[in-house]
Amino acid sequence: MNLQLLAQINSFLAALVLLTAFAMLSQRKINSLVTLFAWQGLFLSINTAVVGFVAAKHHLYISSLLTLSIKVILLPYILHVLIVRLKIRKEMETIMNIPTTMLIGIALVIFSYHLTAPVREMSTLITRSTLAVALATVMIGLLMMITRKHAVTQIIGFLAMENGLFFAATSATYGMPLVVELGVALDVLIAAFIFGIFFFHISTTFDSLSVEQMESLREDN
Amino acid sequence: MITPIELSIFSAIAFAIPILFVIVIGNSRRLLICISFSVSALASLINVAAGIMAVSNGEAQHLILPLGLPALPFHLRLDELSGFFLVVVGLLSFFVSIYSIGYVSGLATGKPVKRLIVFYNIFIAAMFMVCLADDALFFLVAWEVMAAASYFLVMFEDEHSENRRAAYLYMVMAHIGAVLILLSFGVLAGVTTGFESFTGYTFDAMREANIPPKWAAVAFLLSFCGFAAKAGVIPFHVWLPEAHPVAPSNVSALMSGVMLKTAIYGIIRITFDIIRVFPWWWGTMVLVLGLISAVMGVLYALMQHDLKKLLAYHSVENIGIILIGIGLSMIFTSFRLPLMAALALLAGLYHTINHAMFKGLLFMGAGAVLHATHERNMDEMGGLIHQMPWTSAFFLVGCISISALPPFNGFVSEWLTFQAFLLSPSLPIPMMKLLIPLGAAVLALTGALAAACFVKVFGVIFLGNWRGHHHHAAVEAGWSMRIGMALASLTCLCLGVLPAIVLNWMDVISEKLANTKLISSSGVYGWMWLTPVDPERASYSGPLVLIGIVAVCTITYLLLHVKPGMISRVPVWDCGFQKLTSRMQYNAVSFSMPFRRIFGYLFDIKEQIRLSPQQRHTAFPVKSNYYLRIRDRFWGWIYRPVIDRVVLLSRKAGLLQHGRIHVYLIYSFLTIIVLLALL
Repeated sequence: MNLQLLAQINSFLAALVLLTAFAMLSQRKINSLVTLFAWQGLFLSINTAVVGFVAAKHHLYISSLLTLSIKVILLPYILHVLIVRLKIRKEMETIMNIPTTMLIGIALVIFSYHLTAPVREMSTLITRSTLAVALATVMIGLLMMITRKHAVTQIIGFLAMENGLFFAATSATYGMPLVVELGVALDVLIAAFIFGIFFFHISTTFDSLSVEQMESLREDN
Repeated sequence: MITPIELSIFSAIAFAIPILFVIVIGNSRRLLICISFSVSALASLINVAAGIMAVSNGEAQHLILPLGLPALPFHLRLDELSGFFLVVVGLLSFFVSIYSIGYVSGLATGKPVKRLIVFYNIFIAAMFMVCLADDALFFLVAWEVMAAASYFLVMFEDEHSENRRAAYLYMVMAHIGAVLILLSFGVLAGVTTGFESFTGYTFDAMREANIPPKWAAVAFLLSFCGFAAKAGVIPFHVWLPEAHPVAPSNVSALMSGVMLKTAIYGIIRITFDIIRVFPWWWGTMVLVLGLISAVMGVLYALMQHDLKKLLAYHSVENIGIILIGIGLSMIFTSFRLPLMAALALLAGLYHTINHAMFKGLLFMGAGAVLHATHERNMDEMGGLIHQMPWTSAFFLVGCISISALPPFNGFVSEWLTFQAFLLSPSLPIPMMKLLIPLGAAVLALTGALAAACFVKVFGVIFLGNWRGHHHHAAVEAGWSMRIGMALASLTCLCLGVLPAIVLNWMDVISEKLANTKLISSSGVYGWMWLTPVDPERASYSGPLVLIGIVAVCTITYLLLHVKPGMISRVPVWDCGFQKLTSRMQYNAVSFSMPFRRIFGYLFDIKEQIRLSPQQRHTAFPVKSNYYLRIRDRFWGWIYRPVIDRVVLLSRKAGLLQHGRIHVYLIYSFLTIIVLLALL
């Protein structure tokens, strides 16, 4: 396979990751949100494998498998169980309406491309053009955390941010050392467990998972 | 043969033994108190021995402890100056530890005695370590341990909100001081190595460095302000009258007697030992602040009727007097007049040890009075000389010493300070020639006012009849308290009668720091005559004065008592008004009335006389109420505006906190965007 084709596959996967990020930004139903998150993980995993093939770095296959097992299977499963246990069915409210959020997302993508322009010129990696997408994914994840009121969606936003960071690592430097990636994967897993436990406590304390309720914890002044 | 510095380290470790006792025999209170304070006393005494040896040997000893941060071990050094302060700290902690056996046993059973013992020992050990430290790191560690331990000691009776407030104020002031000292050391260490490595943190490296005058001035100002916050120099004095009254009396004795002195040690260490070369305005600044502290401290003290608050203000005054000596010495040093510098420095140091002794004694006496009467307000006391003859005798010794009257020690050091003042016409700058006689006059005024103040204290507490509403049956202090006070009184007397011996012993300090020896006595009977400059100019003989005073007293006593009937007791003349009560005596407020009239503009005084409900006509009031409130003007000038600003700023900053997660996320989001866009 020639490099040109591989670079195009890489760009295509990057586009898919960005697309899923935008889809998550616009999705109101929580079950679909989890599915989209799983899709994003899948694209990420394939991309990692492709980059590993291109750069002939075999440890990237391991991290690809790791991504596949954790982000595509395990975390969506945990989130799904959480949603069923906590009986979350209704649509998620947002702070801003969806079109405005999408516009801000587009602005963030443009901003990311502007920001990474000097890097693209200097870098020689074939994955260099996807750095902007990675940065945009991180920022869209953060934007999702800001605009959603529900605690579970915030967690998905957080995990999407992590996806973006992982994507940035593979595209900018052909991945981090394996030890670091293992550590990060474990961290994400543990974070998910801790969040799960917290959600149970929050929902029993406030009878709701809306983070707006937590405002009542504030000290009055 | 064990060297002084090892001796000192071992005895400092010995302070951990009482802490172990607290764990092991914490249940039997009486035994615990006896044993642990005896051990503290012994350890302090060993430190005194180490200090005396170090000063007599006249050479510095170094030790590097394998503790501290990696590659930055703790350096210790015992030289003459450290040795002198070890003696000061050790001597008073020895007396106070003996005194504490009785004092702490007498505390109510509900009080947290174990906590007191633990922090008391940490506090004393930390003071020793401050004197021994030879690098900035260890100095600050010891300094902060000392501050923290004394904070918990001030918080001893934390059930009263007043005490918590005082402790908090003390903590804040201690931290402001510590931060300034830290910055000062940072400047010195940085300049030493050109801001490139950490090796400049030892005092040795700082000594050898050639510090540019500008940086030296910055370091001096920072460290002076930092140490002044600890020493209670006006305007940093606000915590003293709050913290000293609420601490247990043995702790106030230590805090006022020796903890303030560690700040004096720091000032001398930084200026005379580390920076060494300084312009004359530094000394002038120290001198002026010392003069202000001395006179304002004594005036504030005169206005008080709370015994321990009054003593706390007297600490401000005495720190002022010590600083006068040090300031004069700095001025003389910068004009290269080593002999006079040595005289002024020794005067300051001598007053340091004297103040430690008599202020410790007075606080111990105050503790005994408090113990007996459960009262801090002097206007509720009176006539205690009959119930507490020993305590009153020791307290009188303290009063005479602090009022700078012969034959006790306060006189000697103030006399030496005056000698230093009288030598100042040889200074080359006209302004100094003007300032210094003025300073001498202020010091004289201070001495007179202090004497007036202690006439009031002694008269109101021990003489006359009981003034209070409720009459307690006061009992004399226990044996250990009496021994503690007796030893301190004896030391006051010895320091006053034999100053020549002590000054000869201390002379090595002036040799090291001011580069010349002050030959303070001469002739065959050298120990008898103190001649600081030369015999023709001024001399003082403690023993002769003592003999004279004893002779006059004996003759008077004999003349009055030899023939029966010379003294006759008659009823007090009641001015024709028949119902004299003990409430009509002179009290603390009425005694200080003339001073309030003369110096009233210096204080924020609110005085009211209210005639309360008339029955028939205004011309016939039934009862009149007198209300007096005296406040420190510095609080309103400096501290209140600062506190107001801080509160205002924190309110403004508090607006950022909404308690909404989204808003916090937006903060970080915007920060990231802005940083990305800027970089």
